[in-house]
This record gives sequence, C-alpha cells and structure tokens, in this order.
Amino acid sequence: MHYAAGIDVGSLSTEAVILDSEARIVGESILETGFHSTRAAEKAFEAALAQAGLPAEAIEAAVATGYGRISVPFAAKRITEISCHALGAWRLFPDTGTVIDIGGQDSKVIQVGTGGRVLDFTMNDKCAAGTGRFLDVMAAKLEVPLGDLGRLSLEARGEATISSVCTVFAESEVVSLVARNHPREEIIRGIHRSIVHRVVSMVKVVGVQGQVTMTGGVALNQGVVALLSEELGRPVRVPAEPRTVGAFGAALHALKNGA
Amino acid sequence: MTFLPAIRYRFMKDIGAPAAMRFAKIGKKRSARPPDPLFAPPLAATRRLKELIGRHYFLSRYAPGAMPVAWVTSGAPVEILRPFGYYTLYPENHSALCGAQKVGGRLCAHAEEHGYSPDLCSYARIDLGHALTGNTPVGRLPRPDLLFASNNICQTVLYWYKILAARYDIPLILFDTPYRFGDAEDGPDLEYMVGQMEAIILQLEGISGRSFDREAFSRTIDLAKETSLLWGRVLATMKTRPAPMTIFDAFAHMLPIVSLRGLESARGYYRLLLEELEERAERGIGAIREERKRLMWDNIAIWPRMREHANLFASHGMAFVTATYTNAWAETTPLLDPGRPLESLAKAYSCVILNHHLEHRLNLMERLIREYRVDGLVIHSARSCKPYSVGQYDIKRLLLERLSIPSVVIEADIADERAYAEEQTRTRLEAFFEALENA
Repeated sequence: MHYAAGIDVGSLSTEAVILDSEARIVGESILETGFHSTRAAEKAFEAALAQAGLPAEAIEAAVATGYGRISVPFAAKRITEISCHALGAWRLFPDTGTVIDIGGQDSKVIQVGTGGRVLDFTMNDKCAAGTGRFLDVMAAKLEVPLGDLGRLSLEARGEATISSVCTVFAESEVVSLVARNHPREEIIRGIHRSIVHRVVSMVKVVGVQGQVTMTGGVALNQGVVALLSEELGRPVRVPAEPRTVGAFGAALHALKNGA
Repeated sequence: MTFLPAIRYRFMKDIGAPAAMRFAKIGKKRSARPPDPLFAPPLAATRRLKELIGRHYFLSRYAPGAMPVAWVTSGAPVEILRPFGYYTLYPENHSALCGAQKVGGRLCAHAEEHGYSPDLCSYARIDLGHALTGNTPVGRLPRPDLLFASNNICQTVLYWYKILAARYDIPLILFDTPYRFGDAEDGPDLEYMVGQMEAIILQLEGISGRSFDREAFSRTIDLAKETSLLWGRVLATMKTRPAPMTIFDAFAHMLPIVSLRGLESARGYYRLLLEELEERAERGIGAIREERKRLMWDNIAIWPRMREHANLFASHGMAFVTATYTNAWAETTPLLDPGRPLESLAKAYSCVILNHHLEHRLNLMERLIREYRVDGLVIHSARSCKPYSVGQYDIKRLLLERLSIPSVVIEADIADERAYAEEQTRTRLEAFFEALENA
C-alpha cells in the first residue's frame, strides 16, 4: 500500500492529511500553528500518522502548502494553497467551478477548471476585514465562543449595520452597539454581512462559474455560509471538514506526482 | 552663461567626469566569476550604461551657471528645450533610482511629515522629500531654473510641479494634452496643442533671451526619432526565442531613452546595445538559461524589488519579453517628423498609452502578446500610479476572454518599498506559475 501526506501550514492553524493509494483519507489532524511552524508541521504530521496507525516511513511522498510551506523540511515539494484548495475542492465535488476559501489571515476566490486546474484567482491578503481573523476579534469582543457565532446569527430576527471596512474600527462600532444594548445575535449577523460583502466583491472580480464550494475554517460558520449563498444567489456547498481541504489537495498532489 | 562656471563645466565634462568614472571602477575589477546558474553573462553594454548614468548625474552638479537647468516630466516633449541648451533632469528617473536603492520610503516619509498624503504618487513624494531635505543617493541635484511638465502621463505632475515652481520660485511650462477618447487623427485638439507649442517657444525665447534655432530643433527631432526607433529595435530583439534580454534588463536600459532623448549620447548607446543583443539573438544566447514561459509585464517597474523578482522569475524559467511600460518610448515617437516638427511632436506625445482610452491599450497589449508569443501576463497594480492601474481588472478579464491569456495581479508600488508584502506577493506569483505550468 502506498501513502501520501499533505501538510498545510497556515497563519493560525496547521493541518495534515494522509491518503492511501486510492486517495481515501486515513488520517488527519488540525493544530494551532503557534510560533514555531516547523514544529507545528511535525506535530500535525505525527498526529495524522497516529490516527492512521502508520509509521512515518510508510509515507512515500509529502507536499507542503500554506504560508509556512517553506518550513516543512520533510516535504519533498511545496505548492501554493491556491493550487491545493482548487484540487482538493474539485476532488470532493467534481462539478466545482468556483472555490471560496476564507482562512485565518486571507481569503481567496479561485476559478477551477477540469481536473482541478486553477484558471484564475484573486486574493485578499491586505486587509483582515474579509478573513477569519475578523470573526476571531469580534467573537472575543462579544464574549461568544467562535464556534457559536453561526448558530446565534441564524437566530437573529434583525440585523445591525457594521459600516467600517476595517477590523479595528469595526471593533469600535461593535463596542458602541453593545453599549446601546443592541441584541447580540443581530450584531453577529451584521458582522457576518460585512465579511460576506467583502468576499462577494472579490468573487465578482473573477466571476462565478459552475458550482460554488467553500473551504477554510470560516466555512464552519453556517451564518456566513447562509449569507454568502443569499448574496451570490446560488447554493454554497461546504465539505464535511472544510479546514483540511488545503492539506487534502496537497496530499492529492503528492499522490499524483509522487512529489 | 557666466564665464567661470562655463569653464568649470567644460573641465568636469572633459577631464573630471572621465576621471571620476575611472575612479569609481577601481577595486571593482573582480576575477572571473563562476557562471550564474540562472542568467547568461551580463551584457557588456551595461558597463557603458552605468558610466552614462553616473556621468549624467555627476555632471549635472556643474551645470548651474554654465547652462540653464530644467526638470522635466517623463512625458514632456523635451525636444523643444534642446535648442536652448538646457541641462535636463528627470525627477521621475531620480525617484526610480531612489526606489531601486531602497531609500524611497525614507524620502517619502519626509514628504509625509510635511503633510503630503501617503496616497500620493511615490515619485512625487520622493522628489518632494528630496526638495525639502536635499537628501539623495546621487550626492546632489542642481537647483532647477525651469520646470517643464506634460499631463499626458497623469494629472499629479501638474500639482507636483506647481509646488516645485513655488518652492524654487521659477517658471513652470505646462504642455496640456487632451485625453484621447477616440482614435480621431487630427482636429481641434491637434491645433490646440500646436498652438501651445508655439506659445512655449515664445516663452522660452523670453526666458533665455535667445531666439529659437529651428534648424537645431529639426536636428533634435531627427535624433530623437532615430533613438526611439533604435530603442524599438532593442525591445524587438526579445521576440527571439530565447530572448537575449528580459524586461528587467530593459527597465535598466531605458534610462537614456527617457532622460537623454534628443541627445547624441542616447543614440550612441542604443547602437552599441542593439549590436550586442542582435549578436546574442543570432547565437541563441538567452538572457535566462532556461526560458520555459514568456511573460508580459503591465505597469511601471517595482524598482525596489527588481533583483529579487528577476531571480524569482528566472528560477521558474519565466522570461519577461515585453512590457507596456518599456514599449511606451518606442510606441509613438516614430511618429516624429522633422518636416512637420510641431504637429508630429504633438501627435507623438498625446498618443501615449496613458493618455488613451482603454480599448487602445487593450489592442496594443493584444498585438504585443501575439508578436512576442506571450504565455502569461503579470499585472502590477501600482499604489502610486492610478492612471496606469485603473482598468487593470477589466484588461485581465478581457485578455483571458479574447486570447485565453492567464494573468495575475500583484499589489505593490513603483518606488516606495514599504508598500510591498513579500510573502503574499510570492504566494500569488507561485500560484500563477503553477497554473501556467499546468495549463
């Protein structure tokens, strides 16, 4: 049996995926990247190996992706997360034409062609307001666990307006909404609307084609997914584990090319 | 012109500058280096280029008093100044130089401390930073006697040069080129521009107390045209596969066509460069050792990152073979006609891409993509240059639709090294390379 690994070292979290020769996931792990990205990559790899019940020697090829891709010494090849998310999403949903990935520190929209090829892409890597970081900051300010944001926003009856396009200033806006006793659910929904607006304007730059698949940690937030789908006027599909799609794509590359 | 400075200038030109250039070379003679794994051996002409630039800035210090000094925008019809014997300096070129030496940010910060917005063009901020502090990596720039600007490249130059005019208390000559919304050849716009040229000549006669030498003007036009045609042929050598130079080389070699246009030294230089490039093309020597894909560059260079980018692209086998930017000095100056000097000057300077509607730019890019057999396009969205950066996303989409040319946008700046995110840019470019390789 041949095995391949993909490691995605992101700004906030590191994921590892191990595939068997049939491209089935036999092990996966998600850890915080922390300060030391090489150590994070090693730990994530070890955790995924433990889950698969495999020794490191069983892995024939490993590909690293994400911002920390250069600090994964055991990876034979480095591929950008753009190519990896495209391939990963296409493999999970072969009719995928557009991938929206909202990660911890950036967001991207990728046009995907046959075989998971990247046709075009655009990125927001300049501003935190369209990224997971924005939700992180807001959840802390509202004293709500990050994982509850989605559920709470779906319970909202109205919606607060967050007009600032900057995370830091939006934070002060949220503070003043809280001070005026604005319902928390409505503030959360407003926050989601704000992030979705940023992403939708990016989607329009490359254009939507085919089915839309959303990847990255923010895809776990049903509130954001629902609003994104509403704003785009089409369904947005989310894989069972959207956070490991990049690592999955990297592992697919490793499997395909033997790294 | 006063007697003493004139003698001093002549001495520096004939003896001082050559000695200084020789002095600069001392200690730089290195033993033969091992061949570079990425690039062909450097062009011999590059040494001559360095001398030319060094000499140009060095001699400029001795110009005041010996001859009038003019600061000129890159798109101004400098040919009209030449018969009056101005020593011309290009603040944009100086700012690019500061950018390349990574001191742009510091000079920008000086301007920002005086209240100029960080959203203002970095060429302008660097120049104003220099005007306010006197700091420059070239030692010293001579105080100008005259400013000459044209809005064919942007509107910023008008306000920037007005500030300089007030600061140095000197005359500012403006050449206004109406924006070309269509492709109409002649008409009231041309008349309007020729009228301005005539008024400019009168103004220059008044300032200098000399009458306009029409014969010398005609010779200048002829020289500028020939130099521009030579520059066009220099660029055209990159049509060869593998290309004997890349756009990163061309960015460096464009100084004479921008700053020394209408002077003998520029023509002589391009003859030399062209000869060497044609020989390399014939012998099949590529600028980068492995040319796998051919790319086009859009917008002004990212001066502070030239070397890093040249290495990054070369290490992926990506050769830039054409750019809208370098092409701008070959595109319209062939229109120059010594028989109809003013009209042809007006046409040549108003038809530049930044003064033209988007469809024109798109058609030009399509032509360059075909002629240079381009596989992909790198679009620099320059924080400084709004006229160049507006419309780039439409261009990107339309070129993909019309020619299936993939492209990537990188956000950076022309000369302010602070407006650059290393990792993010690298990721975008590497993703683009991966997509190109899999296309």
